[in-house]
Amino acid sequence: MYTKTISIIAATVIGGSVLTTNIATARDYVSIVGSSTVYPFATTVAEQFGKSTKFATPKVESTGSGGGLKLFCSGIGVTHPDISNASRRIKKSEYDKCQANGVKDIIEVKVGYDGIVLANSKKSHPMKLSRRDIFLALAKMVPGTDGKLIDNPNKTWKDINASLPNTKIEVLGPPPTSGTRDAFAELAMEGGAKTFDNMKALRAAKGDAVKPLMAKLGIPENAFNAKGKNVFKRVAHSIREDGAYVEAGENDNLIVQKLEANPNALGIFGFSFLDQNEDKVQGSSIDGHMPTFEAISDGSYPVSRPLFFYVKKAHVAVIPGISGYLAEFTSDKAWGEEGYLADKGMIPMPGAERAKFASDVQNLTPLVLQ
Amino acid sequence: MSDKNMKRKTTMTIVSEGLAKRYKKEKRFKMLGLSAILFSLLFLVFLFSSIFLNGYKAFFQTAVQIDVFFDPAVLDVKDPATANYHGLIKTSLRTAFPDIKKRKDKKKLYGIISNGASFTLRDIVLENPSIIGQTLSVWVLADDDIDMLMKSYIDRELPESDRRMNDMQIDWVDTFKAQNRIKFLFNIGFFTNGDSREPESAGILGATIGSMYMLAITLVLAFPIGIGAAIYLEEFAVKNWLTDIIEVNINNLAAVPSIVFGLLGLAVFLNFFQLPRSAPLVGGLVLFLMTLPTIIITSRVALQSVPPSIREAALGVGASKMQAVFHHVLPLAMPGMLTGTIIGMARALGESAPLLMIGMVAFIVDIPSSIADPATALPVQIYLWADSPERAFVERTSAAIMVLLTFLILMNGTAVYLRSKFERRW
Repeated sequence: MYTKTISIIAATVIGGSVLTTNIATARDYVSIVGSSTVYPFATTVAEQFGKSTKFATPKVESTGSGGGLKLFCSGIGVTHPDISNASRRIKKSEYDKCQANGVKDIIEVKVGYDGIVLANSKKSHPMKLSRRDIFLALAKMVPGTDGKLIDNPNKTWKDINASLPNTKIEVLGPPPTSGTRDAFAELAMEGGAKTFDNMKALRAAKGDAVKPLMAKLGIPENAFNAKGKNVFKRVAHSIREDGAYVEAGENDNLIVQKLEANPNALGIFGFSFLDQNEDKVQGSSIDGHMPTFEAISDGSYPVSRPLFFYVKKAHVAVIPGISGYLAEFTSDKAWGEEGYLADKGMIPMPGAERAKFASDVQNLTPLVLQ
Repeated sequence: MSDKNMKRKTTMTIVSEGLAKRYKKEKRFKMLGLSAILFSLLFLVFLFSSIFLNGYKAFFQTAVQIDVFFDPAVLDVKDPATANYHGLIKTSLRTAFPDIKKRKDKKKLYGIISNGASFTLRDIVLENPSIIGQTLSVWVLADDDIDMLMKSYIDRELPESDRRMNDMQIDWVDTFKAQNRIKFLFNIGFFTNGDSREPESAGILGATIGSMYMLAITLVLAFPIGIGAAIYLEEFAVKNWLTDIIEVNINNLAAVPSIVFGLLGLAVFLNFFQLPRSAPLVGGLVLFLMTLPTIIITSRVALQSVPPSIREAALGVGASKMQAVFHHVLPLAMPGMLTGTIIGMARALGESAPLLMIGMVAFIVDIPSSIADPATALPVQIYLWADSPERAFVERTSAAIMVLLTFLILMNGTAVYLRSKFERRW
């Protein structure tokens, strides 16, 4: 009996080691990583591509923009991904890391736009907000009557703006790890903070000019940074933690469900979820623009961001299917105004911009980041 | 004497006086215990029924019958695999609703049929190329929006602007209904397809196979190694400070959060051994590390429960230590070990956190055909669907949970059965 057991163990160990030596020499599918915002669009293209050609369907991982670019820039070779999706542009630091690890030529492709909406239940009235209102409702510190920053005293929407309803401020949104939260802070909160003169001046200030502005705003000296922009960002990006902003997790479906149950609350999520749940929730207008397909597409809706993906040029010739996937993604039937990605909730770019990026892809023009 | 009597009486009185109170206390405790069980059962019933009510409709899928003319001008006889099958569907829909002229309306009309339908047509042609030139009535899957309407998730009473579908689209569906050209089919695709971005053609086969590969690797490694370690530690190892340290470590590892094993897998298997990302091989190795301590602990308990008299009797008639263990102790401990292993496997099946770190949270359409192919697992598939914007994925999420629960109940049921059938008590 025990000889049997021993031989089983031996067989497993030998079998295991044989397997490990044979693996990782080739890959016949495209490996894509990155942003969870681009994920629904990249997967749609991957599926179309896989089903309509003889190539294997690309594998798309949802790792988040930062996580994806970290994997992407870790080197050249089959164990590293070929494409990374991102819901923001690649950072200089990430680009440098890529260069240092031998990922020399990167092709940047902008695919379209995504709107971030503030929505509430259809059971209550639509909200007309401005970015200033959003900042005053959600920032941890807001300018008080003397212009100095104080802990956010606003309890109801009416406290902020007399034209808004007299309901408690309650906003459900994504946690700090989310790309949606980053984009929301950058576009909505910073946009609102800029409407205060001193904050705007702080953003532009550099070196010695920063300290007096900080004093005017009542920001403690230990937050000092030679670039006023960094101090500004610290203030504008801090979201209040007294219960008015509720971190509702990364799952946007859950936020929609919670809004239905609580008509007084507002939720922050991507446009595609508003598009899918038009019968349950309604978008709030921001600075006079409703979050509609058209308004995001022409850039008039202020809280929208571009979506990208990055391709390793060195992999294009080696991994089968990359050029086909790129051609599918940049074809009009995919990212065009009437394309299937628009059906999935992505906002297409204007024709000229599409043509520019399509030709970049065709010629494999590498990105040069200054 | 009378004093003694008095004293005894008082003791009896105290006892009989307190008796009712003690019975009451016992009763109260029983009631509390019972209500605790009922309370947890209530939650279980609530959980199961909400999952079932959300998910059972996913096992049926709306299909639409359309008349397709397999146009020889569109289909190249030499190479029918690459033709524009979507165009055939569009033509068929235009013939069925000739009054639709506006470009935008036409687009909505084409949207009735699932994007996956063109592949259904392709398969029909590839199987039987002689139908080119004929007109066939074909049942194809409807788009997920139509499916949601048919399953009354879209409220017809709402004003048009609030609905995902406008009046015209609902009219088309009603026309199909009047002609008996729309019906629910059993959703075979749910069990035979891989993942898809179109809810109507998304299935769990890929994730199930991925889970099975992983469990196979986990079992093949964890069972012999875990039992071997348990036998050595329990029967052969001398008790000293070294084995004490090992024991403490094993108990600690069993309580380590699973995500830590994912990080370990990332560092060791992916970065050091350069194994492929997203492969069930790596997932299986990580889950093996995670379940190993549990299996060692339960196997040691099973060995401990075999009475020493069995070992002594074997040694007494001249068996060597090894013979005593493998011929007498191990067979008696085996049912307990198997139970522990199955419960460990069930835990591994439901695990998703460590898989996040090794790239198994991914969109994978192709069904994995080996342990080195990219794959996901059932719990990961549930997570991915729960996060998708399309509403039809909500019921699919619940349906996938039902499938996962079925596997778990089967595995745990086997464990209970094995225990009750083979376990011996001394």
